[in-house]
Amino acid sequence: MADRLAVDIGGTFTDVVLETADRPVTTKVLTTHAEPADGVMVGVAQVLERAGTNADAVGVVLHGTTLATNALIERRGAKTVLVTTEGHRDVLEMAFENRFEQYDLNIDRPQPLVPRRWRLTVPERMNAAGEVLTPLDSAAVTQLVPRLVEEGIESVAVGFLHGYANPAHEHLVRDVLGTALPAASITLASDVCPEIREFERFSTACANAYVKPLMSRYLADLRDRLNAFGVRCPFLMMTSGGGLCSVETAREFPIRLVESGPAGGAILAARIAAELELPRVVSLDMGGTTAKICLIDDGEPLLSRSFEVDRSYRFRKGSGLPVRIPVVEMVEIGAGGGSLASVDRLGRIQVGPQSAGSEPGPACYGRGGRHATVTDADVVLDRLDPTRFAGGTLHLNVDAARDVVEVDVAGPWGGAQGDVYEAANAVAEVVDENMAAAARAHAAEWGKEIASRTLIAFGGAAPIHAANIADKLELDAVLVPPAAGVGSAVGFLAAPVSYEVVRSRYLRLSAFDQSVLDEVMADMRAEAEAVVGPVAQGELSEIRRAYMRYVGQGFEIAVPAEVGTAEGLRSAFDAAYEQLYGRLIPGLDVEVLSWTLTLLAGSKGTRVHGSSSNARARTSTAAPGNDSRIARQDLPEGNPVVGPVAIVEDQTTTVVPAGFEARVDGYGNVILRRQP
Amino acid sequence: MSKIRDQLVWNRLLAIVEEQAQTLMRTAFSAVVREAGDLSAGVFDTKGAMLAQAVTGTPGHVNAMAASVGKFLARYPLVDLAPGDVLLTNDPWDGTGHLNDFTVVTPVFRNERPVALFAATSHIADVGGRGFGPDGGEVFEEGLRVPIMKLFDKGELDDSLMRLVVANVRDPVVAEGDLYSLTACNRNGGAQLLKAMRDFDLDQLDDVGQWIIDTSRSAMRDEIRGLPDGVYRREMAVDGYDEPVEVSCSLTIAGDRIDIDFAGSSGLSAFGINVPSNYTEAYASFGVRCVLGNDIPNNAGSLEPINVRAPAGSILNAEPPAAVSARHALGQMLPDVVLGCLDQAIPGVAPAEGASCIWNPVLRNLATAGGNFTNAPFVINPIFNGGTGARATKDGLSTTAFPSGVRTTPTEVNEVTAPLIIQRREYRPGSGGAGKYRGGLGQTIEIAHAEGAPFVISKMFERIRHPARGRRGGDSGAPGRVYIKGGEELRGKGQDVVPRGATLVMETPGGGGTGSVGERDLAAKARDEEAGLL
Repeated sequence: MADRLAVDIGGTFTDVVLETADRPVTTKVLTTHAEPADGVMVGVAQVLERAGTNADAVGVVLHGTTLATNALIERRGAKTVLVTTEGHRDVLEMAFENRFEQYDLNIDRPQPLVPRRWRLTVPERMNAAGEVLTPLDSAAVTQLVPRLVEEGIESVAVGFLHGYANPAHEHLVRDVLGTALPAASITLASDVCPEIREFERFSTACANAYVKPLMSRYLADLRDRLNAFGVRCPFLMMTSGGGLCSVETAREFPIRLVESGPAGGAILAARIAAELELPRVVSLDMGGTTAKICLIDDGEPLLSRSFEVDRSYRFRKGSGLPVRIPVVEMVEIGAGGGSLASVDRLGRIQVGPQSAGSEPGPACYGRGGRHATVTDADVVLDRLDPTRFAGGTLHLNVDAARDVVEVDVAGPWGGAQGDVYEAANAVAEVVDENMAAAARAHAAEWGKEIASRTLIAFGGAAPIHAANIADKLELDAVLVPPAAGVGSAVGFLAAPVSYEVVRSRYLRLSAFDQSVLDEVMADMRAEAEAVVGPVAQGELSEIRRAYMRYVGQGFEIAVPAEVGTAEGLRSAFDAAYEQLYGRLIPGLDVEVLSWTLTLLAGSKGTRVHGSSSNARARTSTAAPGNDSRIARQDLPEGNPVVGPVAIVEDQTTTVVPAGFEARVDGYGNVILRRQP
Repeated sequence: MSKIRDQLVWNRLLAIVEEQAQTLMRTAFSAVVREAGDLSAGVFDTKGAMLAQAVTGTPGHVNAMAASVGKFLARYPLVDLAPGDVLLTNDPWDGTGHLNDFTVVTPVFRNERPVALFAATSHIADVGGRGFGPDGGEVFEEGLRVPIMKLFDKGELDDSLMRLVVANVRDPVVAEGDLYSLTACNRNGGAQLLKAMRDFDLDQLDDVGQWIIDTSRSAMRDEIRGLPDGVYRREMAVDGYDEPVEVSCSLTIAGDRIDIDFAGSSGLSAFGINVPSNYTEAYASFGVRCVLGNDIPNNAGSLEPINVRAPAGSILNAEPPAAVSARHALGQMLPDVVLGCLDQAIPGVAPAEGASCIWNPVLRNLATAGGNFTNAPFVINPIFNGGTGARATKDGLSTTAFPSGVRTTPTEVNEVTAPLIIQRREYRPGSGGAGKYRGGLGQTIEIAHAEGAPFVISKMFERIRHPARGRRGGDSGAPGRVYIKGGEELRGKGQDVVPRGATLVMETPGGGGTGSVGERDLAAKARDEEAGLL
């Protein structure tokens, strides 16, 4: 089998993994923000050299990137206009007309990506049935052209009311502007998100339009450079839904790439779950600023269709830009190694969401950080080896950590005589409880149990806190995979080629019409095949879902729609509703608002793990430590080590508390269990 | 570990009630609950004192619901309750101020001993009577009134009560569904609480509950003690139903407490805009809480230092059988008055006055439309907002609910639900009060029947005759308007028929400005001009 190359561009690092026939080779290089392809090429050259192989040995490139997300957060996208229905110019800015925080008078609503002067209206109107009430006059569209040229517009989003029901007017705009402005990118709301609810649909379309020119240029550039370097194989992109798609699809719908890095992490955890036959898993990816939690059942991560980019107010729901795309459903909270700890005026210890980030970072880094962070508390608690942090490249300053924990926490908190150790412990308890609470709420929101899952922990800070969180959540075991530091890129290697299509097509079960269902499924299948077919190998499989609710409700739930009959849909709805909310409502009709079809090509079934010897060979070569610390590669095979002990490796430390024991399995995973 | 354990229990209670509110929102049938968040949820100790309350929801419920659990316990002492019991009321004076709000209270037992109660309130679209609107003369005209009763007795549904409710409302499916949904969210909250008590090894919540209340109360008192003592007064006239209503407020800061007295306000209205005292307390105390100690969670302790009074028989302390259906129209104006008082005690914090009252018309078919219209029955209660007042150091928010915590419904969803075409719904340029900081803009909404049939609008609008006033020299926001396009001007309250083929126009009010317009930053002015907001 040809080698496979995975590249994940993150905010700070670009991770590259080359999977060869006998072992994976990984590297981490700094992300080059001006020309991201520069960093990629450096990393690619490194792994090829280390593996002693050539560019032409690479059979496929799998790529995920945070570039689209960063462009949205930093508002660095294209000059974008929204062409929309006359009388409805401000949908994007009026949003839900609410405040996401009741008790703060000074909140600001998210700035729309398209300012008012670039929201242009034309006379046209459809009704909810998709019937034309006011025809669109193409002359009105043509009249916009001089203005667009004059303003130097690079990208156009088109979103009309009820365009999900009948996209004819949006198509007409595309035809007119496509001819008049051949250089501009065009995004139709009815293509990118053909679902009812105009604000979320337009928001998604504008976000797509906003990043489209940038992503298109970047992807073309990267492909050229890989070609020039001799990598001429197929090139697939990781999507936020946890699947792979072609570069052409990614260039058309770059908004589908926004959460690809975190999705890769979840896919990694899902693949481990599948390989080890762990039916119920929760993954925890804890880095410097945030923690992301994902539920994985039967080897499949939880999926959904809504996501918010740039939750700018304490990661609060509602403070970001909504996008409706297929996503691996995760909850993200402001809890990371860099999260700041303080005491509020009620005497409560607060951790995050503010973060010292990587610059200046925690006080113990000795790089100018002057406030207590979670990592400082971990240092006070003696959980990290100051001499071996980050493979020994950063010597941690224990005194600085004690000082800031004393000043910021122990003093104002007034624990047992301002005891610094107790204060540090309380900081860890609070941040762990925050993560546990987020996991609990997330599970409850989706009608899932959290207890007795296996916690798969990766990201620099997760293995330090995982055992305590597991204890709070009544979990059986914690698993820390090898090479957790490049987990997302490794996850890309495990992802299938897949594509999800959505249609809003209303159907009441009491007036079920088989032809509506058959037609919508055939239509979606054709669209998905056009995307997946050219890049997929092997057999294709389908996942069909219906988004259903009782007639009169406002939120739809995702229901498996494999049995496409009224009875089949009804019993699938009943099962899903009961699981979520505990009780069915007797005698009520049920309606379907939207349908999705996901077409998957089986991934190549590659194991995410190398052989155990390889996995272990890549870990640190630091000298064995004292009794309470052990290097990961020195863990004895077979016999468990008993907590309290810290297992140290280059990119993280796994804390095994008293009452837990740890062992290494045949894949190089460290597995913690409560002692019998 | 007990010190940190107490804090972790508090955090857990806050998480549990948030989850309770989310469950309610996701399972509700009433559009205003599920899309707009017109609900509240909380957990109470065995004496009926609120320990934690979800931030999801709306302030009018929140603080009123806090007081209501005590009334449930007065009717059904805890010793008489058993596992599986679920209590219910929609009495305006025992619940949250009008018949549309149903409050469900569920006791939680651990080892056969009661340890806490969960309460949840949601707005049910129709409770019979005249329908939601201000036209009633007595509460008896406003719909079915359910005193505090058991909905479930040891897990058994009181079928008679449910049948009675269902028989008395226009949309029985929604009413029944929502009562189940309220019951379910309390049950989920109870299950989560029991799990938390196991995790933290607690047999009862009384000690940690007392600590939560004491800590919050003392933090709130500290905050008030830092303010200058004094009596601060503010008057505000609002539109009322048939005649203007005077709201007169004096706010006294004395040591570590705040007393708010509405003496001097107008007497009862002959129509359903009267406000029960529980709802007056809710919005008046919210006016304080969004400025003072807004980082202290809402509970019995943080609410205690704020004392609200209105003279018996005044419009802000209406007693039965006064009509109270549209009590929100006046209630939502109260924070503006309270903030007007606080502005004198702590300058530079309070925003200018805003549109404040949500514009939530009830739109329905006209049964006697005649003609050849399909005339399918429909009723929707969409929410539209005006602008908020300019803040002390920033512009106001355009088309944003304040003080209400609700969300709006999408145009497309409204058009799927009702045979109406919303021809226009966009910013209303020039409606924000000018100033150094501009008031938020209102919006213009134009609605016609899809077939040109006549339809009915029931209105509970404010600030048509009395616009939001600016602060420190800022201009007033534009007053609201409601009229037939090319035709007559409509009044802000009560029912009207939009004639055949006509278009209804609503222009929501703008917020007031803060500071003199001459001081406005030139760049901000240029941005507004470029965006066409002026």
